[in-house]
Formats: sequence, structure tokens, C-alpha cells
Amino acid sequence: MNLTLKVWRQKNTSDKGGFKTYKISGISADMSFLEMLDVLNEDLSGKGEDPVHFDHDCREGICGMCSLHINGQPHGPQQTTTCQLHMRSFKDGETITIEPWRANAFPIVKDLVVDRSAFDRIIQSGGYVSVNTGGVPDANEIPIPKVIADESFDAATCIGCGACVAACKNASAMLFVSAKISQLALLPQGKVEKRARAEKMVAQMDAEGFGACTNTGACSAECPKEIKQSNIARMNREYFAASVSTEKV
Amino acid sequence: MKLNSKIPSGPLAEKWTNHKFNVKLVNPANKRKYEIIVVGTGLAGASAAASLAELGYSVKAFCFQDSPRRAHSIAAQGGINAAKNYQNDGDSVFRLFYDTIKGGDYRSREANVYRLAQVSVNIIDQCVAQGVPFAREYGGLLANRSFGGAQVSRTFYARGQTGQQLLLGAYSALSRQVANGKVKLYPRTEMMDVVVVDGKARGIVTRNLITGAIESHSAHAVLLCTGGYGNVFFLSTNAMGSNVTAAWRAHKKGAFFSNPCYTQIHPTCIPVSGDHQSKLTLMSESLRNDGRVWVPKTVEVAEKLRKREIAPKDIKEEDRDYYLETKYPSFGNLVPRDVASRNAKQVCDEGRGVNETGEAVFLDFRDAILRDGEDAVRGKYGNLFDMYQQITGENPYKTPMMIYPAVHYTMGGLWVDYNLMTTVPGLYALGEANFSDHGANRLGASALMQGLADGYFVAPYTVGDYIAGLSYDKVPEDHPEFRKAEEEVKSRVKQLLEIKGSKTVDHFHKKLGKIMWNHCGMARNAAGLTKAKEMIRALKEEFWSDVNVLGTGEELNLSLEKAHRVADFLELGELMVDDALHRNESCGGHFRDEYQTPEGEALRDDENFAYVAAWEYLGAGKDEALHKEALVFENVKLTQRSYK
Repeated sequence: MNLTLKVWRQKNTSDKGGFKTYKISGISADMSFLEMLDVLNEDLSGKGEDPVHFDHDCREGICGMCSLHINGQPHGPQQTTTCQLHMRSFKDGETITIEPWRANAFPIVKDLVVDRSAFDRIIQSGGYVSVNTGGVPDANEIPIPKVIADESFDAATCIGCGACVAACKNASAMLFVSAKISQLALLPQGKVEKRARAEKMVAQMDAEGFGACTNTGACSAECPKEIKQSNIARMNREYFAASVSTEKV
Repeated sequence: MKLNSKIPSGPLAEKWTNHKFNVKLVNPANKRKYEIIVVGTGLAGASAAASLAELGYSVKAFCFQDSPRRAHSIAAQGGINAAKNYQNDGDSVFRLFYDTIKGGDYRSREANVYRLAQVSVNIIDQCVAQGVPFAREYGGLLANRSFGGAQVSRTFYARGQTGQQLLLGAYSALSRQVANGKVKLYPRTEMMDVVVVDGKARGIVTRNLITGAIESHSAHAVLLCTGGYGNVFFLSTNAMGSNVTAAWRAHKKGAFFSNPCYTQIHPTCIPVSGDHQSKLTLMSESLRNDGRVWVPKTVEVAEKLRKREIAPKDIKEEDRDYYLETKYPSFGNLVPRDVASRNAKQVCDEGRGVNETGEAVFLDFRDAILRDGEDAVRGKYGNLFDMYQQITGENPYKTPMMIYPAVHYTMGGLWVDYNLMTTVPGLYALGEANFSDHGANRLGASALMQGLADGYFVAPYTVGDYIAGLSYDKVPEDHPEFRKAEEEVKSRVKQLLEIKGSKTVDHFHKKLGKIMWNHCGMARNAAGLTKAKEMIRALKEEFWSDVNVLGTGEELNLSLEKAHRVADFLELGELMVDDALHRNESCGGHFRDEYQTPEGEALRDDENFAYVAAWEYLGAGKDEALHKEALVFENVKLTQRSYK
């Protein structure tokens, strides 16, 4: 395969940045998208040019570190992570445009690398069950109906990659936040703090500068883990219930 | 220096309980005056940092990824063992202990392994309390499955994403302590050196991966939870960033490195497809519960398959060789990883491999689908099948999967005593970074167990015992030892950038990987290892004279990061070869061609090699000194492992 790549290059956060075009050849359909970029980088390095910086780690679709806006879609044309996208999804001679996630809350660090620490701060604001190590009940003392456990699990599979934010025209983080709120609100262990959690996490999400949700569903459509939009409805319910509750949280 | 494993006296079952009672305690009001550094935020690191912070210590947690949640523990698929005996099938702490010792081919410490089995039950309780959504039965209670090398169902799982769910649980506990102000997080920060003052570990020097700033962090104790070194092989199932640097720098500062030659080659990975490949993908070995491993009985049929003249489904039952089931009737497809891997290599070496490269065997779900239906199979393995299809473009519901062994886990690591302390006082190693619990071979679903055992339930006690003997005073970060370490790191950065050679870092990494895989991989022999040692030395020399590291030290610079890591892998590779060469026996993941039974199984030499090899660094270019910790078995009888 021969390809033309239009890649966003930006030296650092304060640099203005811009597209640069590269020609690349000898790409096989079995390569992953990131392996294609590895080839580009070996090529650039060989010529003494700075390689294209992008985030990646596990390359198994689970760590959530890879990102990339490919031809206008987060993680490219398949509903998967970029590391699991293979070149058989592209045609010989195609021009591929590669950009970083675009969102105010995700400042660009360099080239295609963005800072997603806002997600960590949202989890820190309440995305947990407040239990210390030790002194917990036996695991089977808390029976949980399988359907509930499965529903909770579906929400828990979020990998925190940020594709939902990148897909949203408002750069809303509602899908990410609601996935954690749902996972825990569904389980008896998480119910105890569910109201306080919803309030705190939503407040932190707003403070980070993520946009509002207008229910276009782009987040869910692009999510590599198929996190359902219904989680957002559940989050809104929890948040509403918390705001009208007389319980002090 | 004489190694003292500090195993508590008394009967096996009471050692840990007695030890917990005997450790010194730190007054709750004083704990905040002590600072603890935790490097790595995987299962071991995140759980240790969270638990120590909950106790009241001031913790600093470091990771090279952009968030602690990305640590490679997240990729573990199959499950986590615990001796709960919820299935009433005869499991117990002793059985889990026994299986682990035997599975490790009698090259691990009894006391450590017994403690691991004991605390395994607490781990499940802890994770459920955190909201980890383990698989459940319709009655609402937890589900279990059996896993490679075990005849009881003791594995807890969360579909094929157990590592992810456990890590996110530990990450949530860690995040809670960040919010409480008890943990300070340093993402995108790589540890470059350990600082030892008056014989004790008193801090680390780091490089901020965004700005390139070299910084010192002082503390009362340092915990390395930095995972394994599988990426020395270049191609492995490890994440791209997984590296040995933290452990290796500690090694050069006096921490002995144990059993580096014990590497686990996982039997069920997607086969290598070409030279461009950057990593290998594991398919959880839980697949072996229902999938049947086979190759054609004859080379002729295999050749037709490789040329794509026939499809797998065209091969008649009598022409198929279900070699694991035939050879090991009682364990069948569930034999431990080392046995399964070696047999796959053997049938492929005979010319019966099934893909173009001849390095693949089938893992076939045809019979499971006929028996249980496609939906049931999808329910258990859906995400793994999807992943397989995404990578290979083939549908495993219709045609058998192709698998081949790949480097997956490293049993070797920093030598630690019963308290998980290395040979440097105040420096600890937890999880895969230490050598302690898996002997020469790790059983499936035991890595997650060990990482969390060390972090949640062992280190919080044993680190306190050490801290209680220290004064509150911190070594100032401008102490000459910190300054010296900073200068060394800076000069190394400078040195790498100034070589300006002609070859990329990956060029060297790939070459090293090939040497290791060919000569120190699934099977080793003296001639190959001797040759490998020379090749690695030559490659190391070439690296330091001809590598091309671009960019500057004061920015995000991926090729510089990689260069640091590859430089350390080159040194580790040589030690692995030395270790493999000196161990004149076969055991677990270490298979020496010269030492095998007539049936081709690993032949141990308990008389001469029932010890832990602990290597001491003596300086650049020098061979390392070997120390031995004898392994004493009082509770199990050493037998030849048999899974027949």
C-alpha cells in the first residue's frame, strides 16, 4: 500500500502547530494503524527528522492510552481503539488525515499527544467506593442479581481514552463520567455514596471545562467499548435525585 | 554478603500470623511524618500506594504513562485465583499453595507462597467491596472457572477483562487517597535512579517526560512496583512501554537480581505475521477450557494447510492430532503454560505447524459450539473472539483460531526477603518486579493475585516494620548523593544524544530481541547461550557507538525514552544468558535441551540447583557474582511434575 499522511505537528503546548504531509509506502494490510506510524517514524528517524509523537502503550485495545482523530473520526473508521485498527480498513493510494483529540479540557502536549489528566481529577472527585483495605465483608455476603452485575460491568469497561469527548461537538465528557457513576450506582457497594458521588463528579467535570450534552449520541457511536448512552440518562437521574434530596451529602 | 530471607520460624500455616504480630508498629499520629515512594501504578503499585496512604503515610506515586490507570496490569484477561472454595470442589489454602509450588517446579519459597495463598481470599473480598464487577451466577453469588494447571475452579473473573477491572478498583482506591491529599501523583515521570545514603534507599531521581527535567525525591522507603522485563525480547505481550529500567538501576545500586532466566512463554498468543510487528497479542488461556489444541498428524497434510490448498475443516478427525489430550490425559488442554508452549514448539519443529510461517497450532472451538451452542461460547469468550477477528481478519466461530507461544511474564526479578525488601535496606520490590512467588513457572491467574497480595496485604505490614526503626528526618534533596545521581542521569542523557550514529533505537531493540528469542527463549542450550553472550556484548558496543537518538533532552522525546530502556535491556540480556547458562538443569520456563527426560519433559536437578540464584552487580563490563539462597522444602515433597 502507498499512502499520503496529513499529520498534525505541534512542538509543544504553546506552539501553534499545523499539518505536514508525508508519503509512505510498503504498508501491508495486516499492519495495525500504529505499526504504520512506527514505519513512518523509523523512516523519519533515519532521515534525522523528529518522529511523530503519539500516545500508545498496551496495543491490545485495553489501556486507553492511544487516541488519534483519523479522517475526522476518533480512533478512525472502525468502532475500536486506534491500536486495534488495521490497515485493511484503508485503500491503496488513500490520503489519511491524523489529528490529536480536539477539546479545551485536553490541551495538546506535542504532535498527537494530549493531556487527559482531567479524567483522573474527575475520578478523584468521587469515582470510588470509600472503603479502606481490610475489614470488608466476605465477597459472597453481598449477592448481586446477575443482570445488575452485568449492566454494571458494561459501564465499567470504559477505558478512559477520551474518544467520547473527541467525538462530541461540545467536547462533553458525559459518557465517561456517567459510565463510572452508573457502574457504582447499580451495585449495592456503591449505592451508599451514590448521591454525593454524582454531585461531586459532575461538579468536577464542569470545572474542567467539558461541554454540555445535547444528546446527539456521537459519543456512544464512536466509543470503542460501546458504552451505552443510557448511562448518561442514569447519571442525570442520580444527579437530579441528589439535587432535590434533603439528605446532606 | 550472606542472603537472609528472614522467613519467620514456626509451622508454615502460622508464620504470617505470627510475623504480623511481631512486626513493629508506627504510631498512627506519626505515620504522616514518613514519606514513601511507590514507583509504578499497576496492581502492586496502586494497591500499595492506596493502602499505605490509608494507614496515614505520605505517599508519592510515579508512573511513566499519562495516567495511573494505564499500567499494564490492565491487560490481564483471564482471572485471579483465590482459595475461597466457593465451589465446594476441594480447594483450600494448602491446595492453592501446593499447586503454586508444584506449578513453579519447586523453585520458589514455601513461606512466601503459603502467605500468598492465605491472603488470596482477602483480595476477593477487598475487590468486591470496591465495586469490581466480577462474573456472577444467577443466584447472585460469584462465579468461578478453572484455569491452566489447576483441577479446581478457583479463578474469579470479569469476562476477559479481569486485569482491567481489578486495576480500575485499585486505581479508584488510589484516586481516593489523591483526593484526600495523602498521595501525590507523578504521571509521565520515569524513575532514572535509586539514591542510597548510608546504605539505605532514601529516594529516587526521576525524569519528567514532558519537560525533561531531572528531579530528586527524598523518602524514607522506596517501593518498586515496576513489572517485568519481557520486552527484552522486543516482541512480547507486554505493553510497548514496559521496561526493566527501574529494577535495573536498583540492581546497579546494590539490589541483587534473581533468576533472570525464568521467563514465561505463554502458549495462546496470536502468531507473528510479519517483520513490522510491534507486539504480540495474548488470547486468554481460559480459552483452553473449551478450545481443543491440535495439528495435523502428518507433515504432508500440514503442508497443504500452509499452502492453503485445504481448509482446517476439511481435515478428518482421524487425521488430527490432539497432542495435549493424548499426551496428558488427566490435564489435557489445561496443562500449565510451560508444558503447553513447549509442546507447541515441538509439533511445529516437526513441520506440523499450520500457518504460512509454520509457527502456529490450532485452538478449535468446533466441539464446544456443537455442545453448548454459539451463544454460550460467545457469552464466555465474546470479547476475545472479537479481538482475534479484528487482528487476524478470521472468524473463530467458523474456523479454528491459530495460536503460538509468546513471551508473556517474567518470574525472575529483584531478590527480596520475606518482607519484600531487596538487598538494599528500605528498597522494596512488589509484584512482577520481584522474583519471589512463582518459582520457575507461573500458573494462570496467579499474577493478579500476587500483585494485589503484595500491595494490599503484605507491604503495608512489612514496610511499617522497617519505618518504625527510622527517625522522621528526611535526607535533604540537595544531599551530595542526590546531586551525584542527578549528574549521572544528566550525563547519560547527554551521552545518548551525542552519539548521533546511523541506526535507530528500535533497530537495536529488534536485534536484541531476536538473539534472546533464538538462544534464550523456549529452549536453550550451552552452545547457543555462549554465542548469545558474545552477540549481546557486540550489540551493546555497537549501540553505544552507533545509535541515533534525535531531539533534545528538554522535551517530550520518545526516542530518548526508548534509548534509556534499550540500553538497560542490553545489560539485562547478558545477565539472563549468564543465568540460563549456569543453571544446568531444566525447570519450568527454563528448558535446557541438554537436560530432559526420555519423554522430552523438563529434568530438574534438585541436588545441585534447588536454590534461588541472586546476582550481584560488580561494575560495568564485569561478570556478576552469583549468590545462592538454598530452598528448603519442609511441607511438600519434590517430585517430577507430571500432568499425565
